[in-house]
Amino acid sequence: MTAHADGKTQMVYAEGVRKSFGRVEALKGIDLTVFSGEVLCLIGPSGSGKSTFLRCINHLEKIDGGALYVDGELVGYRRRGDKLYELPEREVCHTRSAIGMVFQRFNLFPHMKVLNNVTVGPIRVKGVPAAEAQDQARRLLERVGLADKVNAYPNELSGGQQQRVAIARALAMEPKLMLFDEPTSALDPELVGDVLAVMQDLAQEGRTMVVVTHEMGFAREVGDAVVFMDAGVVVEAGPPDQVLGDPQHERTRAFLSKVL
Amino acid sequence: MATPTSPREQSGSPSPAQHGETLKAVSLRHPGRWVSAAVLLVFAAMLVHSLAFSTVERGGKREQRFQWDVVGQYLFSGRVLRGLVVTLELTLLAMAIGIVLGIVLAIMRLSPNPVMTTVSWIYIWFFRGTPVFVQLLFWYNIAYIFPQFSLGIPFGPSFVTIDLNTVSVFLIAGVGLGLNEGAYMAEIVRAGIISVDEGQVEAAQSVGMRRLQTLRLVVLPQAMRLIIPPTGNEIISMLKTSSLASVIAVIELLGAVQQIYAVTYQTIPLLMVASIWYLAVTSVLTVGQFFIERRYSRGAARPRLPWIWRKLGQNLRYIRPRSDTLSPVAQS
Repeated sequence: MTAHADGKTQMVYAEGVRKSFGRVEALKGIDLTVFSGEVLCLIGPSGSGKSTFLRCINHLEKIDGGALYVDGELVGYRRRGDKLYELPEREVCHTRSAIGMVFQRFNLFPHMKVLNNVTVGPIRVKGVPAAEAQDQARRLLERVGLADKVNAYPNELSGGQQQRVAIARALAMEPKLMLFDEPTSALDPELVGDVLAVMQDLAQEGRTMVVVTHEMGFAREVGDAVVFMDAGVVVEAGPPDQVLGDPQHERTRAFLSKVL
Repeated sequence: MATPTSPREQSGSPSPAQHGETLKAVSLRHPGRWVSAAVLLVFAAMLVHSLAFSTVERGGKREQRFQWDVVGQYLFSGRVLRGLVVTLELTLLAMAIGIVLGIVLAIMRLSPNPVMTTVSWIYIWFFRGTPVFVQLLFWYNIAYIFPQFSLGIPFGPSFVTIDLNTVSVFLIAGVGLGLNEGAYMAEIVRAGIISVDEGQVEAAQSVGMRRLQTLRLVVLPQAMRLIIPPTGNEIISMLKTSSLASVIAVIELLGAVQQIYAVTYQTIPLLMVASIWYLAVTSVLTVGQFFIERRYSRGAARPRLPWIWRKLGQNLRYIRPRSDTLSPVAQS
């Protein structure tokens, strides 16, 4: 773990991260740091690479170049001498189990009840006893306001409720880092507030979060840092007031003028 | 109409409903359905007559066209029932091998390991590409090429040796049908697996599940919904394909009736006996499939019974008196 000047530690540290899909270069060298306990909001037009970068953090995408560290460890590789060795599946899965992820389209397991959606990770991956995992799941579901939906199937819930179950599912793994990939983009407008409230609650208890979002209000109020990406590069980064309130770059200004 | 009509032009049409007046809605008539039903009834009557009542001159004797007495005589005879049991056992064995092999082959085919993918592809190519009839004959004659089957160190000593000349024809038929079925089941399972949303795999990975865990806990249970209907189809198909085993001297249902009519020459009635049993077992399997489908559609739309059974179920409810539907008159 790398200690920072003012005592904060780096949870995510990216240096020149590159990623291509075929001939399309999605990430053209991303440098970025997320400190522990910080909420970092990634904003930018679609296709700017912000979701791709998020997916690189838990190795859902393999990076083609640069280095990406989570909690001081290389993601997906081990360094020995001047070579990077790809990690076996077992170790990649172990790393992933400590990083929670919430998807745009919820991706709840439709054949499992809400409770099982939340307990399947702890029981099957971490080997937590079933009774203990269920107690924990009930507490988490209560926290996201869904204590009464324990025995429902996902298709019986609204989008906002499903997303809150998805957040509880990620929290159940007791992650040190939470990734949110446009968590409110697939929701009806009146359901967005409930999900954002849960996320704000998580931010207040000091969780480290990386949030890809189009909710500028959330980024301004909850974010500790805002990063504006466009065409695979970080254009501007800084505190929300600065990036959203007083953007220095033309592209940032053009983007914000369309979404604010 | 392209232009809005003036009130005067509408004078011939009925006046719009007054406030508070109720209008009766008449659903669309379907005269075609009644006509086709009537035509079908005539055909059905002809069929029933020919099946049950008509007679035919054979060897100077007038007898029932379909010889139902002979059918009745053999339907529950010991040899036919023993043949039926062998058919069921053969189907069960072949499908058990086929389903397990199919799942393994499908997982291999979708594996990131290119060796696995290739092996699976070649297996499916070969077993789907040659007739199952030929395969059965080949396995029947396997002892001619490989008299013994041994497990041991390649080119070294062997630990277990089976003399293939002594393996029962039942086992050869069951394994032969199962190996062939595995290739078809592999494609069914693979279709089911790739139909599951990629987001499900990512969600499973994001909680740290490994590839086989993801398959077992997340992908396969969802793929089951798509795998079961064609698998039911395969079981029903196997029930009848198992009759091919009769050519390698397995006395299953068809083999049993063949043995009987080879002596009595009552070919048609005995084929009817076999057909009745095949139909009966297929019917039971169809009902079973419905309930299994419903079990695996948790969290998705439930399958519905076909129209005719739903109607029948609704009407049965009217016939069966229920205490809570008693009319108020009866209660007072």
